[in-house]
Amino acid sequence: MEALGKYFIFLGKLFVNRETFKTYFKLTVEEAISIGIKSIFLVSLVSFFMGAVTTIQTAYNLVNPLIPNYVISMVVRDMTILELAPTIIGVIYAGKVGSSMASGLGTMRITEQIDALEVMGINSTSYLVLPKILGSLLTYPILVVMAGVLNIVGGYLAGVLSGVITPHDFIYGIRFGFNEYTVTFALIKSFVFAFLVSSISSFKGYYTVGGSLEVGKASTAAVTSSVIAILLADYLLAQLLL
Amino acid sequence: MIRVENISKAFNGKEVLKDISGTFEKGKPNLIIGSSGTGKSVLLKCIVGLIKPDDGFVYYNTKEFTFASRNDKTEIRRQIGMLFQGGALFDSKTVEQNVMFPLDVLTKMPLNEKIDRVNFCLERVGLAGQNHKMPSEISGGMQKRVGIARAIVNHSKYLFCDEPNSGLDPQTSILIDDLILEITEEYNITTIVVTHDMNSVMGIGENILFLYEGRKLWEGTKDEIMNSGVKEFDDFVFANKVMQKLRK
Repeated sequence: MEALGKYFIFLGKLFVNRETFKTYFKLTVEEAISIGIKSIFLVSLVSFFMGAVTTIQTAYNLVNPLIPNYVISMVVRDMTILELAPTIIGVIYAGKVGSSMASGLGTMRITEQIDALEVMGINSTSYLVLPKILGSLLTYPILVVMAGVLNIVGGYLAGVLSGVITPHDFIYGIRFGFNEYTVTFALIKSFVFAFLVSSISSFKGYYTVGGSLEVGKASTAAVTSSVIAILLADYLLAQLLL
Repeated sequence: MIRVENISKAFNGKEVLKDISGTFEKGKPNLIIGSSGTGKSVLLKCIVGLIKPDDGFVYYNTKEFTFASRNDKTEIRRQIGMLFQGGALFDSKTVEQNVMFPLDVLTKMPLNEKIDRVNFCLERVGLAGQNHKMPSEISGGMQKRVGIARAIVNHSKYLFCDEPNSGLDPQTSILIDDLILEITEEYNITTIVVTHDMNSVMGIGENILFLYEGRKLWEGTKDEIMNSGVKEFDDFVFANKVMQKLRK
């Protein structure tokens, strides 16, 4: 409970005694580019293969001749949009970007770089963390959309090349009974997860005490806490919004 | 001028600073000395506001700092330059970007003026032409000098140095001490140096405050060191063989 209280106080500090808009704009763009470049390869790779495997495994389980083949791509589509793209990529995002944020801030803390900012009269929380959160909020939904597309492309290629579904059936299944709200839901999830991963990871890194060993611990704790938060938020959002 | 009054601080029930008072004049280096673990760095952090004391006050000229509003604190802090023990340079920025950082964030100076000011400060600390090197590409002594350049770039009125000589060879230490002394006198700023290096004490100790187990036991100048009359202070000063020979 104490850590939770400290986390909310930490969030409150983001919005007081800020620097100029121009400063934050520049930092946010830099963070967004850095986060995007850091994640794009892994997210693409995982999404593509996740889509391919989902298609093959769904086809493997749907052996009943009464079930039309296009159901395979329907299942892949809904799994991708509702869960795989926002949530699984969220877990990967926590591992890749979250740990990097925590270790970066942790290193700044133990090498007194954060103290240097404070001494200059700069609100270090706001200066260092707000751009990371804003950068994540800008980048992560784009990554989720990209992951969704690549998931379906991976599924299409795997399904067609392995012969479990025809291109026509796959496209038909993707379009059949499509509910646009699922995309809205996925985007809402992506904003929530982006905020949780970036704020929790920054919090863990910002309050690192000790030396390099503690930076490693903070990085691990950031990933663990972010993943737990993602899973809890995933459940709550599903309950509330579906 | 900086004045501290009755500063006390405890961590987890252990008193680290006990009722410390003192005045740090401008235009000459003020040294806080003592053995490791006596609370020197904690006192410095209380003065710059990185740690809030449990009791006592810190005055920058006539303005009380410890319990001042956030805006008043920020106003004072923007006149502060600090050299940290490890330099605390931003790893991802070049030497030039590090030195320019306070100007980027705290001023609206045009870029060409900022570059001129950075070049002037780098030249002042003997690092002209090193603008585009990364902190990892320069030596520890050079990192300290970049730290000094960053501390003075925004025309700071107060300069704080936390163990400026730690990890440096004697020659580089003297160079850093001389630089601190020159800058203090040249710009007539209030400088506080935390150190346990007796070379620094003898070299630039115009006003020395000795801490022992969190208490101020002695205050004076480098010329008064030989006759302090305080056993704990003598034990600290003459632990060094060179100082022992000097005494004889």
